Amino acid sequence: MTEHDHEHDHPHTPIADDEQPAAARARVLEEVLVEKGAIRRADTRQEIDWLVSRSPADGARLVARAWVDPQFKERLLSDAREAALELGLDPGPSPVVVAVENTPPVHHMVVCTLCSCYPRALLGPPPHWYKSLPYRSRAVSDPRGVLAEFGVGLEDDVELRVLDSTANIRYLVIPRRPSGTEGLGENELAALVTRDSMIGVAQPSAPGEPPRQS
Amino acid sequence: MTFQAGQRVRVAARAHEGHHRTPAYVKGKSGRVERIHGAFTNPETRAYGGDGLPEQRLYLVGFDPSDLWPGSGGQTRDRVQVDIYEHWLEDAG
Amino acid sequence: MHDRGGWPTDAPIDRSEHDLADWELLTDALVHALARNGLMNVDELRRGIESMPPDEYERASYYERWLYSVETILTEKGVLAPGELDARLAK
Repeated sequence: MTEHDHEHDHPHTPIADDEQPAAARARVLEEVLVEKGAIRRADTRQEIDWLVSRSPADGARLVARAWVDPQFKERLLSDAREAALELGLDPGPSPVVVAVENTPPVHHMVVCTLCSCYPRALLGPPPHWYKSLPYRSRAVSDPRGVLAEFGVGLEDDVELRVLDSTANIRYLVIPRRPSGTEGLGENELAALVTRDSMIGVAQPSAPGEPPRQS
Repeated sequence: MTFQAGQRVRVAARAHEGHHRTPAYVKGKSGRVERIHGAFTNPETRAYGGDGLPEQRLYLVGFDPSDLWPGSGGQTRDRVQVDIYEHWLEDAG
Repeated sequence: MHDRGGWPTDAPIDRSEHDLADWELLTDALVHALARNGLMNVDELRRGIESMPPDEYERASYYERWLYSVETILTEKGVLAPGELDARLAK
């Protein structure tokens, strides 16, 4: 201990050489809030545990069940929260989830132009591009151009509905069931349902395709 | 006032300096009510520490892209659908 | 600045995957912990982000905007003293 340390009335937490400024700031913010009793360290651990437990697998299960069970699909379309609970899934703490169905004449695509609203409980954290300024700008003004960048082409007579989730609603797209999947079980079907297909910027994988990251 | 599914509505064109969730690109534009979501706390007051009451009804309003983006083709049946709070909407007749 | 729908842009969409860094997970968790404890709500978070000067908003990464907002809102509420985090970080 040096005299220097005794002169401070608060812990001294300088930035380490290899620590990003934002990382240091977040670390110090947590320290200060815990010291003040505003939150407990256990609170942040709990939130981190919840967030890292989230993935598109839950959304995919909802879609796969909807593909094999038309009555479940109707329940999912009418109240996605209740449908998720029915499968033992966590629909998330607060806002309302609404499932929208892609059909031959209609394709949905979701964006939040104002920030990054996204059904995290069922899909995990949003992809980087979903939160990006170019996606937020172009999804509403040039959606077919955006889909082309993602490798999706729609016929002119397909109605493309772009949903801008500006409020408490989080939209989940039920993509169309790929052809050639008649013999597959629910788990095999769920494996075809990608995160991007539930946002509406991709179609699900075809059976026999190697699994894609997203 | 309350709006019905299928009703034509216009989004108010008013300026609003503080936090609000009506995007600029729909202000002053007309569309059609597609869904009625129910009532939610008002983010405009909740953003400043208020309780957000009274709750405001929220509607999914669908727009024709050629009404939103001047010069765009209008070749398709495409729609842009946006969640908008009741107090930003008026009947468009 | 945050109201981006229809803004003209030539920028391509960067479709690469980015795992969240530990500090980003922590920032996300802090906001939700503060919400659970009634200290800050999501509308305040958004309002705080929207209060960023435009050039800072453009330059900042997603969770840097969240950090800015948390500091702004909590300082406004007196949970943080003005400049408190800067003082703690100073060498």
